[in-house]
Amino acid sequence: MQPQIRRVGIGLVVAFLAVFLQLNYVQIWAAERIADNNANVRSLLQEYAIKRGDIITVDGEPVAVSEPTTGRLKYRRTYPGGELYAHVTGFYSILYGTSRIEASYDDQLLGESGVITMQDIQDRFLGSGLKGDDVRLTIHSQLQETAREALGSNRGAVVALDPQTGDVRAMWSNPSYDPTPLASHDGGVAREYRKSLDPNSIDSPLVSRSTSRSYPPGSTFKIVTASAALQSGEYQPQSRFPDPQALDLPLTDDTLTNFSNTACTGTGEIDLFTAVTVSCDTTFAILGLDIPEEIQASAEEFGFNSPIPFDVSTEASQIPPVPDDEEPLRAFAGIGQGNVAATPLQMALVAAGVANGGEVPRPRLVKEVISPSGEIVDSFPPETIGSPLSSANADALTEMMVSAVSDPSGTGGAAQIPDVAVAGKTGTAQTVEGTNPHTWFICFAPADDPRLAVAVIVENGGTFGSEATGGAVAAPIAKAVLDADRALQGW
Amino acid sequence: MALIVGTGALGLVAVARNFDSLGLAAPLVAAVAGCYIAVNIFLRRVAPHADPLVLPLAAILNVMGLAAVYRLDPDQYGPTQVIWTVVGVTCFVTVLMVVRDYTLLSRFKYLLGFAGVGLLMIPATPLGTEINGAQLWIKVGAFSFQPGEIAKLCLVIFLAAYLAERKELLAIASSRLAGFHVPDLKHFGPLLVMWGISLAVMFYEKDLGSSLLFFSIFLVMLYIATARLVYVAFGLLLFFAGAFVGYSVFSHVRVRVITWLDVFDPRYIQDEGYQLAQSLFALATGGLFGTGLGQGRPDIIPAAETDFIFSVLGEELGLMGTAAILICFMLLVARGLRIAMNARTDFGQLLAAGLTAIFGIQAIIILAGVTRLLPLTGITLPFMSYGGSSLVSNFILIALLVRISHQTADAPAPAETSEILIGGRG
Repeated sequence: MQPQIRRVGIGLVVAFLAVFLQLNYVQIWAAERIADNNANVRSLLQEYAIKRGDIITVDGEPVAVSEPTTGRLKYRRTYPGGELYAHVTGFYSILYGTSRIEASYDDQLLGESGVITMQDIQDRFLGSGLKGDDVRLTIHSQLQETAREALGSNRGAVVALDPQTGDVRAMWSNPSYDPTPLASHDGGVAREYRKSLDPNSIDSPLVSRSTSRSYPPGSTFKIVTASAALQSGEYQPQSRFPDPQALDLPLTDDTLTNFSNTACTGTGEIDLFTAVTVSCDTTFAILGLDIPEEIQASAEEFGFNSPIPFDVSTEASQIPPVPDDEEPLRAFAGIGQGNVAATPLQMALVAAGVANGGEVPRPRLVKEVISPSGEIVDSFPPETIGSPLSSANADALTEMMVSAVSDPSGTGGAAQIPDVAVAGKTGTAQTVEGTNPHTWFICFAPADDPRLAVAVIVENGGTFGSEATGGAVAAPIAKAVLDADRALQGW
Repeated sequence: MALIVGTGALGLVAVARNFDSLGLAAPLVAAVAGCYIAVNIFLRRVAPHADPLVLPLAAILNVMGLAAVYRLDPDQYGPTQVIWTVVGVTCFVTVLMVVRDYTLLSRFKYLLGFAGVGLLMIPATPLGTEINGAQLWIKVGAFSFQPGEIAKLCLVIFLAAYLAERKELLAIASSRLAGFHVPDLKHFGPLLVMWGISLAVMFYEKDLGSSLLFFSIFLVMLYIATARLVYVAFGLLLFFAGAFVGYSVFSHVRVRVITWLDVFDPRYIQDEGYQLAQSLFALATGGLFGTGLGQGRPDIIPAAETDFIFSVLGEELGLMGTAAILICFMLLVARGLRIAMNARTDFGQLLAAGLTAIFGIQAIIILAGVTRLLPLTGITLPFMSYGGSSLVSNFILIALLVRISHQTADAPAPAETSEILIGGRG
């Protein structure tokens, strides 16, 4: 029987070798592909065993916290502020991943920022009690709340930042959403809620209007056009322009008329200073035709045509070059219409750039990263992302913007604050035929020592409908934010 | 040998350290180590000529399994498994003491055969308890026991004795049926009856793994006894016919095959294919070196401590660990078959080969199952899975092998000793 036994032995050895080969396949050859399967919850369990760091406002209000659970996933993310900070914190979801600060500061929040303390090593060894770093925002809870109240039920956005440091003190976009259900450990809850947010629409509450949606900036863009004019050296605030009732456009029989369908001054001439004050379209249309390349270069210094470096993702604002055979579009570009599109964040940076002596600050949403033991492990010094203006020209432009608010003929009178010089510019941007215009206001104050720059957009004029103007709709909202910040910071 | 056992026990300590409960684990480690050292001394005295590798190999497998079980559940399964190890080792000693001459076992072949079938049937009676969808256990007080594990041994002894007695008769094809030479039904009858009853019972109890195991061990032993491949071919034919019928009739068989073919199909991965997919995730996560004991998450796999114990070690020890385990199994199988070839009697050869084969085939069935080489059929991994019945029956199994090897070497040696599968005699 020995030969048979030997053959059985060979058979068994072959079978064991087959298992060995299969193990090589599963554990080495295809290991990565197999382990990457969505149904493998190992990395998820590991991640959710960590007490993810809190996200707090600059004044210490927690806006994203991790609460212990009794389930297999040890911690659940909740957002005490509800919809108020959704477009800042973003969400931390099993099904939909992370977004905004939750995404860009994921490593720090998970405690993987590279700073390893003895405590970390001990925790890791014992496999328990891992904690992530906290992230302190630049957002101030009261200013954020004010922005929400001031915008009310209007669809739109408010962005307010410190022009000297770039710290974003309020960033509100309406409509918003509550990130907590998206962070639910119950996939059904997250799925249902996301479906209710109409996720594939550009109007979805998931989209931050502040950073991720571009609108025609309208007359607020005249600040960019004026910057280019001053910076070119060919124009001064006193430079005179013709003031026609309607501007004849090249290559076509069409004309460009002012908002009121009349000349701006009635004297046949207008200077640049007055043109900013009264928001004279024809003046800036003439500049648009005259110095298109300078305007584009200036806009790019302000941040156009590339995504703004920020702590959360941003959409690039656009000012595309206009070919010669479409020359009339250059006139429209001069007044922020035509092919020009800007995010509210971009327009806040236009105000901040003028306020900051011609230097555009890099916007910041995060003040510092704090370790579980309370040490500041990372902080972010102010940076500049562009220099569209000389300091002298910035001062000149500031004066024009102050006039636009304080002069009786100015369009931004609604933003006046007693005893404080407010510099501002209104915008009432035409949209597609048959819809109401978007109303804008950008401003900063105090004009001589700017502490806050604000951009406000109210989509389609909000409650004012077809009668809406930037001065009537958006300026009071910006003023409310300025007032609140003045009370908070005491300027 | 004690050194090897000691190293194995250290594996348990390593696990204990991760749980930060060294104090609790120490008595368990001491119990296991003491147990193996004692049985080693006992073996040296009672069966000094026995194969010196069988017990240490079993000990390594057992301690590695113990470490994995303890790592999964240090509070309940871990200590319980230590108790079962002690019980198993005691059974090993008892069998060696009681069975002084293994050839006497052949006298009780029918008794053992009926006992085997009887044991198999118990769980199907009202005494049985259903656990995890299979009715394989009987409950006595707080303990549940799987009589099928012991039945396996009884049936192998019966087969060995019966085949040793009639192998010539079975090998001769004395009558013709449909153009084929077939052996006399008179000699085949008892075999087929016993086999049929066992299979029917196991199938009734939905124990696919055991059915497959018993089916193959029957064929293997028949082949060893008669050297006629036609039986094997006929058996395989029957197997495929049975498999086809099973596939068509039983939904749980169909599910196994479907999930085997496409385990990552999103339609099954959260349900029927969940367990196998989790096993593969564990193995894939382990990679070459593993995550380290206590560092992985093999506890996600359902039934990790029993059928999937191998995947647990695969995650935490990597391919290095799984390869080491495979080598231990192969060495143990090689030693067993060597004992079989050296045995002096037909019964001894058949018994040792049968016991080794059932051990090896059981390991292969579950290893191939958890690695998705073959469709998964639930069965324990010898010496490693959590479970008292399995552990006890495997200790009895190696006790018989040790007894046969001792008796072989104790008797006057023949002129030449064939050194066939591996290494010299220690």
